Amino acid sequence: MINSFPSVKRRRQTNQAPGPKEEVRANVKNFELQKNDKYYAWLFLGPSFLVLGIFVFYPMLRTLYLSLFLTDSFGRPTVFVGLQNYLNLLTSKVYMASIQATGVYVIGVTAFTIICGLLLAAVANQKIRGIEFFRTIFTATMGVSVSVSAIFWLFMFNPSIGVLNQIALFLHLPTVNWLTNPHWAMVSVITTSVWMHLGFTFLIFFGALQSVPKTLYDAADVSGASSRYQFFHITLPMISPTFFFVAVITMISSFKSFGLIDLMTAGGPTNATNLLVYRIYKDAFVDGNYAVASTESIVLAIIIAIITFIQFKLLAKRVNY
Amino acid sequence: MENTIATQANLHRRVGLVFKYLLLSVLAFIVIFPFILGLWTSFLPTTQIAKGALHGTMSWQNYVDAFTQTPILRYLLNSLVISVVQMFAHLFFASIAAYAFVFLEFKYRDLLFYVVLATMMLPFEAEVIPNFQTARTLHLLNHYAVMIIPFLTSAFGIFMLRQAFKQIPLDLKESADVDGLSHWQFYWKVALPYSRISILTLAAYSFLGSWNQYLWPMLTTFTNRLRPVQDGLRQLHSEETATNWGLIQASAAIVVIPTLIVLFIGQHYFKSGLNEGSVK
Amino acid sequence: MGIELKEITKTYGQDAAPVLSTVNAEIQDGELFVIVGPSGCGKSTLLRMIAGIIPITSGTLTINDQVMNGVPPKDRNLSMVFQSYALYPFLSVTDNVAFGLKARKMAPAEITRRVQDALAMVSLTDFADRKPRELSGGQRQRVALARAIASDSKICLMDEPLSNLDAQLRVKMRSEIRELQRKLGLTLIYVTHDQTEAMTMADHVMVLNDQHVQQIDTPLDIYNHPANHFVAQFFGTPQINLFAATIAGDEASERITIDDTLHVQLNQPLAAGRYTVGIRPNQMALKPATTGGNANVLNVETLGEQTIIEVTMDSGQEVRIVQAGQVQIKINQRVTVSALGPAFVFDDQQTLIAEQGGVSDDQLVSVG
Repeated sequence: MINSFPSVKRRRQTNQAPGPKEEVRANVKNFELQKNDKYYAWLFLGPSFLVLGIFVFYPMLRTLYLSLFLTDSFGRPTVFVGLQNYLNLLTSKVYMASIQATGVYVIGVTAFTIICGLLLAAVANQKIRGIEFFRTIFTATMGVSVSVSAIFWLFMFNPSIGVLNQIALFLHLPTVNWLTNPHWAMVSVITTSVWMHLGFTFLIFFGALQSVPKTLYDAADVSGASSRYQFFHITLPMISPTFFFVAVITMISSFKSFGLIDLMTAGGPTNATNLLVYRIYKDAFVDGNYAVASTESIVLAIIIAIITFIQFKLLAKRVNY
Repeated sequence: MENTIATQANLHRRVGLVFKYLLLSVLAFIVIFPFILGLWTSFLPTTQIAKGALHGTMSWQNYVDAFTQTPILRYLLNSLVISVVQMFAHLFFASIAAYAFVFLEFKYRDLLFYVVLATMMLPFEAEVIPNFQTARTLHLLNHYAVMIIPFLTSAFGIFMLRQAFKQIPLDLKESADVDGLSHWQFYWKVALPYSRISILTLAAYSFLGSWNQYLWPMLTTFTNRLRPVQDGLRQLHSEETATNWGLIQASAAIVVIPTLIVLFIGQHYFKSGLNEGSVK
Repeated sequence: MGIELKEITKTYGQDAAPVLSTVNAEIQDGELFVIVGPSGCGKSTLLRMIAGIIPITSGTLTINDQVMNGVPPKDRNLSMVFQSYALYPFLSVTDNVAFGLKARKMAPAEITRRVQDALAMVSLTDFADRKPRELSGGQRQRVALARAIASDSKICLMDEPLSNLDAQLRVKMRSEIRELQRKLGLTLIYVTHDQTEAMTMADHVMVLNDQHVQQIDTPLDIYNHPANHFVAQFFGTPQINLFAATIAGDEASERITIDDTLHVQLNQPLAAGRYTVGIRPNQMALKPATTGGNANVLNVETLGEQTIIEVTMDSGQEVRIVQAGQVQIKINQRVTVSALGPAFVFDDQQTLIAEQGGVSDDQLVSVG
């Protein structure tokens, strides 16, 4: 590609350093371009800033604004109440329970996704015949969308005809009301979510493992480190930036979980899986309580902003080397 | 003596190999089990499924029903149109913005970039209320456009392509300046081809992202004519679930196949591109 | 004692052609043994088999009279320095050097002592707390050496350790490695593609090409008695001149003819037939010819202490000639080329069968 580039070709053909004439031309050109740049900058950045402005910056400010008011059923602000909405939320047991449930969900999903994804990646990172087939299978859940995952797993969790309870019956274990028992409902949505995240996480970890130079392991072999020692003292430190990246991505993604909850539990039973985003949706679009929903949105935004911010800070430091 | 060492080593390797394949198979089975079960039941009559049985006469009946009795094809078409248009538009707008941040000299360039970067911290889910109102004000509700316009660009896309463009040697740009290439020419002939892996990665990311949209289309579309596939499935599920599991499973299978195809075609690029973006 | 390679062969896959075929060699304790050859000749493969990183397909490897086939690398009691240095980027210099010792669960005091000694030996004590990316290429190279030293094993393998350094540093490290090897009494197996490194460092050299051992000898013996075309061409800069030559008639003769104007007189008669004659550039001479002559000057490179002249013989063959000092000669000048000292005669299998003259005075100066 570089070779097909016209200027390189021409220089090769004439086979001499650019003469004074050419340099002058370059300077003039640069000068003109710099004058042009401003116009191009408007042209190139305009559309993006327009879209970001209307659908990201404005709504953020608007949400912040709404969170300081009471609203009518159309979402129009009526009475300024200052931080009262926030105080109400922080003293609401139901909301605190929702925060707690979200915390359990996010930590559960992140931890198990990382453990399972890393396990799959480590197992797939060897040179044996047919390994490509397994790698393809491990990435397969990447192609499965929220609603499809939810439907597949809803069927498995079905208390009477679902395969999980059938297996339980077969093994003479007690059957479980997967989605209608508050504790098991959380387990069920976490499981489904981990399964959904698995393909992507596997792919990222696998790529990271492959990029660790082989000679590091050769050197460790020669110097007498067991493969267990190598995993903890070479592999994990080497992929720590990826490890961290996956953790943050998964956390943010599970904080935003909506479709899964909507399809599988609708926030139930008794609010056990009423996670933050689902709450926002219900308060705003089911109950018409836009001020409360806006306040909840700001809380969510703050949480996610903090995580993202930490990610940037630490990625800039490249974690540990 | 050497022979016994060799045979022992050989035996160890054989046993290890069997163990490796066993582990791989078990893990692979766990990963694709929900998938296999979904596909399997999609071929069974609903009466069998309702009894909790996993056997029966296999047939395409559920698929025939899904195509004839539900708007699943319409849902797929809607999603396809939305995702493809969104993908190309997103690639275009994000890449020219990224180009500006790398190759153009202008005031407040870095400041503006940090502004874009900051929007990566703002979750769309926290902004649906005003966005819904905006869409209503602009008369965009229940229209393809409402599912495309907010996603024409993204901070993530701009960020990722900026990283990719920064890998292009400055010599190339200088040499293009000497040759008198315009910014459009350099963008089209050098910047895009040079970063094709990142472009393809972003394309796949963008397509899948659009295909998997759930909350926003659910809020902004009300008719089967426009409903994309995720919300279509939601609709089918809420209408049919208690009665017709076979139909639901068949619909889910129909939906999952296009994404799997996209995934396996794009996988190679996805792998290298994502790692480039994440680790560097 | 020492390291012994018997009929070592390496094949990837069942039916694939071997990447290394029937290698035999004996490496003495305490010697610096260089394995040299062009890229793809299998030299790194051989080294990795000795280290145990890749398995040996067939043949026997013994170290100190013990068969080592199938023994994992950590039990072979050797150290290795890699081309890429294989430093752990997240560890400090100290921790890099201590890595293997910690993995072997050595006592902390012993680890500290060994690491300090090793770092002192490569003069890196002041850099002990740095990360590899904060070091220059040469310093990274020393960390890799320190790691090998700290392991305290008597056998050290090095895989192109200097190829990532610039030319000046390479010369310096060459002598440092040689010095370390002598001081520690190491048996050092050193892989390189650089014939200069092989010539200047080795006690013995193994020349590998096309998956086969071409010759094992001391550096000077390899230079003075190359076993075949390849070895003759691989050693010595500028490259040796190879001529097609014949001994005419039916009878054995001492006179071998390259062309009408260029002959070599052998010490012993050789049967009539076709041969290849190799003559090193410094064993050829030329003088300007006003009339006649047998070649035209093609190119002249003046290096100061010597001059390399390329000429085209009337037969069309290009010949390189090295003359001491600064020679004034013009391009396209008509010259007469003649052969001086030793010449090598190879048969049609490219194998050395005869030599003329042996070593001339300017090549070997014996002291004492």
